[in-house]
Formats: sequence, structure tokens, C-alpha cells
Amino acid sequence: MSDLTIAQKAVGGEIAVRSAPYFPRRRKRITGRSIAILVFLTICALFFAIPLYVVVVTSFKSMAQIREGAMFALPGPWTIEAWDYAWNRACSGINCNGLKVGFWNSVAILIPSLILSISLSMVTGYALALWNVRWAGTFLFLLFICAFVPFQIIMFPLISMTSTLKVYGSVWGVAIVHAVLAMPVLVLIFRNYYKDIPQEIMSAAIMDSGSFWRIFVEIILPMSGNILIVILILQITSIWNDYLIGVTFGGFNGQPMTVNLANLITISTGTVAYNQNMAAALLTAIPPLVIYFLVGKLFVQGITAGAIKG
Amino acid sequence: MPRVSFEHITKTYGHLTVLNDLNLAIDDGDFLVLLGPSGCGKTTLLNLLAGLLDVTDGRITIGERDVTDLDPKDRGLAMVFQSYALYPTKTVRGNLRFGLVSSGLPREEIDKRVDWAAKLLQIEPLLDRKPAQLSGGQRQRVAIGRALVKNVGVFLFDEPLSNLDAKLRTEMRLEIKNLHTSLKHTIVYVTHDQIEAMTMATRIAVMNGGVIQQFGTPDEIYETPANLFVAGFIGSPAMNLKRGTLAVSGDRRAVIIGQTRLDVSDYRFEQPPQDGAEVIVGLRPEHFLPPGTTPADAAGQFTVPVRYAERTGPDASAFFEFDGALLALRVEPSLAARLKAGETVTVAFPRGRANLFDARTGQRM
Repeated sequence: MSDLTIAQKAVGGEIAVRSAPYFPRRRKRITGRSIAILVFLTICALFFAIPLYVVVVTSFKSMAQIREGAMFALPGPWTIEAWDYAWNRACSGINCNGLKVGFWNSVAILIPSLILSISLSMVTGYALALWNVRWAGTFLFLLFICAFVPFQIIMFPLISMTSTLKVYGSVWGVAIVHAVLAMPVLVLIFRNYYKDIPQEIMSAAIMDSGSFWRIFVEIILPMSGNILIVILILQITSIWNDYLIGVTFGGFNGQPMTVNLANLITISTGTVAYNQNMAAALLTAIPPLVIYFLVGKLFVQGITAGAIKG
Repeated sequence: MPRVSFEHITKTYGHLTVLNDLNLAIDDGDFLVLLGPSGCGKTTLLNLLAGLLDVTDGRITIGERDVTDLDPKDRGLAMVFQSYALYPTKTVRGNLRFGLVSSGLPREEIDKRVDWAAKLLQIEPLLDRKPAQLSGGQRQRVAIGRALVKNVGVFLFDEPLSNLDAKLRTEMRLEIKNLHTSLKHTIVYVTHDQIEAMTMATRIAVMNGGVIQQFGTPDEIYETPANLFVAGFIGSPAMNLKRGTLAVSGDRRAVIIGQTRLDVSDYRFEQPPQDGAEVIVGLRPEHFLPPGTTPADAAGQFTVPVRYAERTGPDASAFFEFDGALLALRVEPSLAARLKAGETVTVAFPRGRANLFDARTGQRM
């Protein structure tokens, strides 16, 4: 009899619930584990911060002070002499006009290739994601494959193609090659982003307007803010930091800043001017950093907020 | 001349046939509800009409025009979607204007229509807000407004109320019904909610498995279901469907269900009934006489044990054990409270209310 009662009570759940052990929520305390994590993270941060510190202080030192050897010391007299030299007078090959030549080349490469690659891949992604395109699946698969082809493999054909187009050896050549090489990945990113736009919004737009371009400009483009920012950061960083494409397709007059920097630093005559090298490296690295800070603030949340249920 | 007609519509996806040789004509000013369970092809049919899907075979006409191969925007339709599908980056005004601007209407005409629709739907104070700043009901109004401003002859609604809460749904149901009464547009409305269908429709097409099971007014659908599917789908609690045998002797006709004899002499058979035919008899829960009352002219009496009763506020249902299954009755809530499980009660079914279906084909007899 008692067996049956216990079984019934257990099924009823009353006993099980009441006898279950329960604990008050623990107060948040600093434990050994969280200290260990903090220490680890601090070491990681220092790993990057210390070299950066050395680069920055060295760039403001004079060569005399650098020769004293106190690597971590703050600059004795602060001087921007090295920065001035790197920007205005540093030699890249036989040109001694400083990094500013390369800087403006990089800008001239960056802007057209950004416009070209983003506008083309955006429209392609939009068409692939939201319109019925014949062979869309096959096309996507090919793009996917293309995204994995190493640049070195197609370098020579690209050189002969760009020279046929008469853009080899200029900033335009570099810009076009950047745009073309970025297309597969960018199209895939845009396509996946647009795929998340609810089909019903597209249906409504098709019934309202039906125009490919009007829907793109009025409905889809305003919803693309976030992904545009991501792509901008991705593209600006990769184009600005590129060396190989610049050195291959830039010729003598179209070399980007990174190529100038490399020439400046790998110079083999005389003593190594650490302060100038550090200043030149920082000059080259600053533009993408500025972009991060400016563009990152533009992130907004919830592109489809209010469009659909929930 | 029907406003919208589907002729021999077939829709297949690869080897899967969703709709097969479907015909349907909708009269001008009708409020047609396509009603059916999920996956019955009702939304597919609506999307074919809207042009969002292409027909595999067949013809669709709107008015006098064959629209089968026209683009959605050229068909003269406006559609309200289940998820509202508002343009998130546009204001309410921008949402209403987009379709009109795209069709190249003059500015004054656009403003006039937007003001008219906003006034009609009482969304004037919301015109400069973004969809994210609206509640669900307000968004639904904007979605309806976006369809109204297009001033077309045919409006399509794809389950527009299924995302609203129960109270709001009742309100919007009435509003849509009133819009239809005052504007007299032709409406095609897809839903799986039979209450929406029964309250709003002037005609209902009940669909299942890509086939229109019955097409008629709400009363016809409810009172004389064409087959077992319609009989079982419409009504809550569902119609009691019991298997029995016909006993015909001259003018006297009855159905024998287990031990119970149900007189169906006044049932209008479409064909002369055969003695001994297998039938399924359908008894609506609300047609039963109150338990305990057993008048002499009742069609039949069931002496059955009570299983359970449930109350839904103003209404109550009682369930009895009968023939190895449940027999549902609508009863007075006060009575439902008194029914005790296990107790045996006699319930009577009146004459002229039974539905008979052929057990083999499932069709109405």
C-alpha cells in the first residue's frame, strides 16, 4: 500500500518539488578563476601594447637619443623631425618625395575600387538574393569557388589582361584588380545579408512597384546601412594594407603607400633610421584606424525593425 | 461576368502538384474567403492571383483581362500580408506613397488618396512615424491603408489577422468587414480561422489538398456541408460523425448506429437511398436537445454515460461516451456544471437536422 502511495505522490510531483535542493543566488564575488582570466587578458593586451608604445615613442625621438639605447624611455626632446622626413623627403627607389606620394596613390586606388567593388557586388547580391535569377545556385557556387582561388595563381593572366586594357602600371590598374578580386566575397556577403530580408517585404514592393532599380534604391539600399559599414571597414583595410597587388600592378607611378614604406625600410645603405621608419609605419597605419573610429560609430540596430510582426 | 476567375489552374513544384485543374469564379463585390488547413494550397492560390507565383497551366482573368502572364503591378491588385511587410525605413506616409509614386500618379492625387485612407483608418496622427514606432494593430492598419490607396478593384488579404491578439483580431475583423460593406471592393481573403471566414465572407471556398471541397455562402457551408471534410472542418466543437447503416422501408428511413435508431425520414436524399447502405451521419453538437428532455417527436435518443464537460465562459460543451468514441453536445453552462462523469444521461436529437454522407465516397447523400 505504501509503495503505491509513494509512487502516486512522486507522479504528482509534490514531494519531488519540495525536497529538491535549492540555493539562493550567489553574490558576485571576485574568485580565483576571474583573477586568472584578468591576468591572462592583461598579458594579451600588453603583448600588443608594448611594441606599439615603442614604435610611437621611437618615432618622436632623435637618432642621437635612439643610439643611447633606452628603448622604453620617453623622448628626451619631443621632435617631429622623423615624421616630417618620412612624409616629405623619404626615398622610395630614386624618388625622394616622401610617403605622401604613396599616400595619395593609395587614396587614388582606394576610392575607385571601393565604389566599383561595392556597387557591383551590392546589386549582384541583391539580384541573387531577392529576384528569381536563372542559374543563381550555380553562379553562387562558382563565386564560392572563386573566393578560394589564391591571387598568385591568376597573377600572370591578370597582368596580361590589365596591360591589354592599358591600365597596367597605373593606380587604375591596381584599383580595378582590387575591385575584381574582392567581388566573390563581397557578393556572397551581400547576398547572405539580403537573403534575411523577409520575402513579404519584397512581395509587397514587387506589387507596389515591380521596378528592379526603384526597389533597390528606395527599399533595399536604406536597409543596407549596417552591412555597408562592415564592408567598408573590410575593404578599406584590405585595400589600404595590400602590398602584393600594389607592387605587381602599380608600376613606377602607381605604387601605393605600403610599397613606398617597404622601399623606405628595406633600404640597405647607411645606418637604419629607426625613428623615420617608425614614423613611416605609423603614417601608413593611421588611415585604417581613423576609419574604424569614424565608421564604427555609425552602426545602427535592427534594420527591419517594425517591418514585420514581433 | 465574374470579377476574378481561375480556369483549369495547375501548379506544380517539380514533381509535387499543389493545385490540379482548379476552377473558381468570384463575383464583383464578393468577399471570398479561402479557408482550409495549413498546406491546403490556399496561399498558393492567392499568390498565383497576385502574380507572385507563376501558374504551371491554366488561365487567370481579372475583369475582362487575361492576367496570367502579367507582372504583379500590372494586375490591378493590392495585397495585405500576414506579417504586414511594411517598408521599415519609410515613414507611414512613405509606405502609403511608395506604390503610387512608382505608378507615376500626380502629386495632388497621391496626397489626396493618402489623406483619404489615413482618415478612413484613423492613422492620421501616425503618418510621420516609422513602422518600428507602431503597435501591431497600428501596423496592420497601415498595411491595409497601403492597399486601399491603390484604389484597385480587387484586394487580397493573406491571413492578415493571425499575428494580432484575440481582442484586436475581433476589432479588426469588424473593421475589414465594414470597409468591405462601405467600399464594395472585391476581396479575396485567405485564412485558416473558421470564425473569420463565417463572420466576414459572403462566399467561402473550403480547400483541402489543393482541391476546393465546397464553394458557397457561409450558411450553405455550415448547414449543408458537401462532404466529410467540410463537415468535420467547420464548427467547434466539430460535428459528431458516426458510422451507421441505412434502414429503408417505404417512406420510413432510419440510420442504425450501434443500438440506436435515428429517424431520417425527412432528410432530402439526392438519390433514392439503398437499404443497408453504409453511411456516416453528422450531428451538430448544438442541435441536440438539452439532456433530459426527450420529446416523442425526436429523431432518436442516445442513452450515454457522461465523460466530461468543459465551459468556455458563455458556452459549455459536454462529451459523452458513445459507440467507442466521444459524442459532443453544446449545453447550458449551468447544466454542464451539474453533469457528473460516469452518470448516464439520455439525450435526444431532433428531426430534420442530421447530415448524411456516403461512407465510401465521403460525399453528401
